[in-house]
Amino acid sequence: MPESVVLTVNGAKLAVPSGSTVAVAVAIAGGACRTSVTGEPRGPLCGMGICFECRVSINGAPHCRSCQTLCESGMEVTTNE
Amino acid sequence: MSVASYDVAIVGAGIVGAACADEFARRGIRVVILERDMTGGGATAAGMGHIVTMDDSEAQFALTRYSQQLWQQLRPELPEDVEYEQCGTIWAAADDEEMHEVWRKQEYYCKRGVPVEVLDSAKLQANEPNLRPGMVGGLLVPEDAVLYPPCAARFLVERAQTNGAKLHLGGSVSEIAQGRIHLAEGAEIAADIIINATGSCSPLLTTGLEVRRRKGHLAITDRYPGFLRHQLVELGYLKSAHTLTSESVAFNVQPRKTGQILIGSSRQFGAEHSEVDNDILVRMLERAQQYMPGLKEMLIVRTWTGFRAATPDKLPLIGPWPQDKSVFLATGHEGLGITTSLGTARLLVDLVDGKNPAIPIEPYLPSRSPKEHVHA
Amino acid sequence: MSRTAQKRFDVLVVGGGPAGMAAAAIAAECGRLTAIVDDNFTLGGQIWRGETQSAASNDATQWVSRVRAAGVTILAGTRVFHQFEPGILVAEAANELSELGYSQLILATGARERFLPFPGWTLPNAMGAGGLQAMVKSGLPIRGKRVVVAGTGPLLLAVACYLKKHGAEIPMICEQASWGDLARFGLTLLGQSGKLAQAFQLKRELAGVPFATSSWPVGGHGRTVLESVLISRHGKIETIPCDYLACGFHLVPNIELAQLIGCRIQNGFVRVDDFQKTSVPSVFCAGEPTSIGGVELALVEGQIAGFATAGRTGDAKRLFEMREKLRRFARALDRTFKLRCELRRLPLPETIVCRCEDVTHRRLSQHSSWRAAKLQTRCGMGPCQGRICGPATQFLFKWNPDSVRPPIFPVRVESLASMTPHPEPEHVESEHSEITGGQR
Repeated sequence: MPESVVLTVNGAKLAVPSGSTVAVAVAIAGGACRTSVTGEPRGPLCGMGICFECRVSINGAPHCRSCQTLCESGMEVTTNE
Repeated sequence: MSVASYDVAIVGAGIVGAACADEFARRGIRVVILERDMTGGGATAAGMGHIVTMDDSEAQFALTRYSQQLWQQLRPELPEDVEYEQCGTIWAAADDEEMHEVWRKQEYYCKRGVPVEVLDSAKLQANEPNLRPGMVGGLLVPEDAVLYPPCAARFLVERAQTNGAKLHLGGSVSEIAQGRIHLAEGAEIAADIIINATGSCSPLLTTGLEVRRRKGHLAITDRYPGFLRHQLVELGYLKSAHTLTSESVAFNVQPRKTGQILIGSSRQFGAEHSEVDNDILVRMLERAQQYMPGLKEMLIVRTWTGFRAATPDKLPLIGPWPQDKSVFLATGHEGLGITTSLGTARLLVDLVDGKNPAIPIEPYLPSRSPKEHVHA
Repeated sequence: MSRTAQKRFDVLVVGGGPAGMAAAAIAAECGRLTAIVDDNFTLGGQIWRGETQSAASNDATQWVSRVRAAGVTILAGTRVFHQFEPGILVAEAANELSELGYSQLILATGARERFLPFPGWTLPNAMGAGGLQAMVKSGLPIRGKRVVVAGTGPLLLAVACYLKKHGAEIPMICEQASWGDLARFGLTLLGQSGKLAQAFQLKRELAGVPFATSSWPVGGHGRTVLESVLISRHGKIETIPCDYLACGFHLVPNIELAQLIGCRIQNGFVRVDDFQKTSVPSVFCAGEPTSIGGVELALVEGQIAGFATAGRTGDAKRLFEMREKLRRFARALDRTFKLRCELRRLPLPETIVCRCEDVTHRRLSQHSSWRAAKLQTRCGMGPCQGRICGPATQFLFKWNPDSVRPPIFPVRVESLASMTPHPEPEHVESEHSEITGGQR
C-alpha cells in the first residue's frame, strides 16, 4: 500500500497520507468545503457523515460527503466556494 | 351564554380556506378561521404547488384559467418565501398519439386566449436538455407557475388577519350545523355562513359529501440548479387523473427555486394510511428516470405522501350545501387546489354577496346533479 | 451503472460499532449466519474509529478479531436507507443496491453528537468534539494547533486527551455542567471501578489543561475560518484565540431506522425488554439507541442481543447484572450532563439554527411546533433531515420531533427506483467474506 495518495483539489495537486479522507485533503489544501444557501463558507461539523456540511464534488459528482470518502489517487475534488 | 359570533366561519386553513378568509376579510366581512393543526397543512403542505391551466373540461378550464390569472395579479404582493416562479408547463409527448394530443390542446387553448407554443422534438430538447432523446415534442404553456404552498397559505391568512379575521389554531371542530360550529372541547361559535374547507376530511363535517381521499406520493432531490427549467408533465397524466378506481403513476417534475427537483406523481384510492407505499414509489421513480435519465444519480432527500380531495366528476364543490342553509362548501379540489384556490374564494364571496361571479358557478355547485364526466 | 444484490442472513446487525460487533460476534459464535452492515469503510463505529486497524491490541482490535474469527460477513461502506418490507432492509453502496433479508435484526445504530447553536458556530473549524476527533483520526494534522474543547459530557475529556496526545494545545476545556454535578458524578464512579480508573487516567493525561465548569461558548469569531472563541466563565466572557473549536453537547441516539421499522420509542430512546427485544417481532436493539451509556454498556447489550437471537437465554441472563450496573452509570450520565437553561439563550436572532437551509433563530421562534416551523421555513428539510437542527430545536423550543420518512439517508433515485418486491429468496448466502463497498 503506497504511503501517500496524490489527488487534485480545485485544480491543484496535493499529496496526503494514505487513509486520509477527502475532507482532510480539502482542509490541508485550505478553504471551505461548500458555500451555504446564504453564502457562508462551511466545513465539516460532525465528522461522521450526518451533517452534510462537508459536501464537495468528487470526479464530477456533486454532494459527496468528503468526511466519509477516502482519498484515491487521481481523484478530482472541487469545493463549491 | 354568550357565543362568539361572526359573519363567516371557515373551517380549514389550507390553501382554499386561506384564500377564502383573505377574500372575505378584504370585503370587510367578519371572519373566523378554525384550524386544528397549522396553517397550510394537509394537502396544501404535501402537494406540488403548481398553478396550471387545465383543459379537462370547460368548467375546469374556466376555473383554472380564472384562478391562474388571479395568481398572476397577486404575484407582486407575494413575499419571497412563497417562491412564486412562472416557469411554465411543458406537456411532453413521447409518441405520435401524444403529439396529436399536443395539437388538440394547442387548438383548445388558442381558441380561449391562453398563450401556448407547440414544440417540435428539437425545440423540446432545447427547452429541456435533460429530457431523454427521442421525445416527439410538447406543448409549452408559459403562463403556468409554481409556488411553495405552505407559505402562500400563511400569507393569505396573515393578510386576512390584518383585515380583522380571527385565527383559532388547535381546536378541533366536531360539528357544523345551523349556523353553529361545535368545537371538540365543548365551546361553540356562531356564524351566518360556515365554510367547509377541510379538503379530504370534508365528509367528516358534512355527512353525505361525495369526497374521497386520493393518495399521492412525492419525492424531492438535493439541489441541482439548472437541471430543470419548466414543470414537465407527461401526457399520460390526464389518463390517470381520469380513472376513478385504479392506482397509477405518471411523470411529473417541477423545479423549485432552491434548485431541488420535486418528483411526482401518483394516485390511489382506498389507501388509508399515510405511509409511503414502496411499490408506488418505485414505479413513480422508474417512470421519472425513463423521461429524465439524469435523475438517476441525483440524491433523494425525502419522500412523503398526501391525500387529495377527489369528487366523482373531478370538479370541486363550491357553494351552498343544500341540506343546511348555513353551510357552504369549498372542497374537492383534487390536484388543483393551489391553482383554483383564489378563484374558489372569489366565486364564493360573489355568491354570498349576491354579485355576478366572473365565471358561471353552476358546474361547481354542490347541488349539481351527478353526471358522467366527459373527457374533452 | 448500478446492480442489485440480494443477500440473506439469519441475523443482520446494523452498525459496526461496539454494540454491533459484540452482537454479531456472539450471534455468529452461536451458529447464526450473521452480517454487519455499516456506512463507514471500517468497523469501529464512532468511538472506536481507526482503532480497529491499530497494530496494538486493545478492546477494539480484539472484538474485530472475534467478529472475523466467527465468520461474520462485513458489509462496509453500505448505507441502510429503508425497510422495503418486514424482513428486508435496503442499503446503498458505491455501485450497487443491496437488499438484505434477515430472520432477526439487531439495530446497533449508535449515537451522534448534539449541537447547540451560538453566534459563529457555523464558521469552518468549529466542529463537534467527536467531529474533530474523527477528522484527526482521518488524517487532519493537529500537532501544534490550539483547540478549545467545549460543551458537555465525558466525550469532551476523551477528545481532549486524544488531541493532546497527538500534539494539540488545549487552552481550555469548558464543561457546562456545574462543579457540584460533576462532583456528585464522581461519587457514582466509586461504584464502578473500571470507570473510576478511566477517570483517574484521564485526569493524569490532562494535567495542566485548564478545566472550567459552568462554562460554555457564547461566540465564535473569525473572517472566513474560526480564529477565536468567546467563553462564558464565572459570569465573565473570555476570548480565547484558537485554530479549532471541538464542541458538542453530549449525545443523541440514532433511532431513525428503529422508528422507520415501527419500534416503540419512549423519551427519545428505543424501548427494549430484558433480552434487548424491541416492540417489533424479531427486531432487537443494543447500545446507544436504548440509552446513552458508553462503550461498556454497548458491549454488554450487544452480547445479550446476540445470545437472544440464538435463544441462549441462560448466557444472556448472566450479563444482566453487569448491564444493570452499567445502566446506573448511564442514568448518572444523563443527570450530570443535563443541559442548563442558559444555553437556550445562546443564539442571537440572526444565528443560524438549521445549517442545511440557513434558517435563523428569529424565523424559527415565530412558530409553535416543529412541523409548522419545518413547513414554513424549511428547517429540517435539508439533507441532514433534522439530525442536527432537530435535537437543537427540541432543546431551544421544546418542540416534539416529527415522523420519519424514507429514505433515512439521501440516496440516489436509481437506488430507490430499484427496490423490487420479491418472494422469500430460496438461496442462502454462504460466503463468509469481507465485502467492502467499492473502496480499495
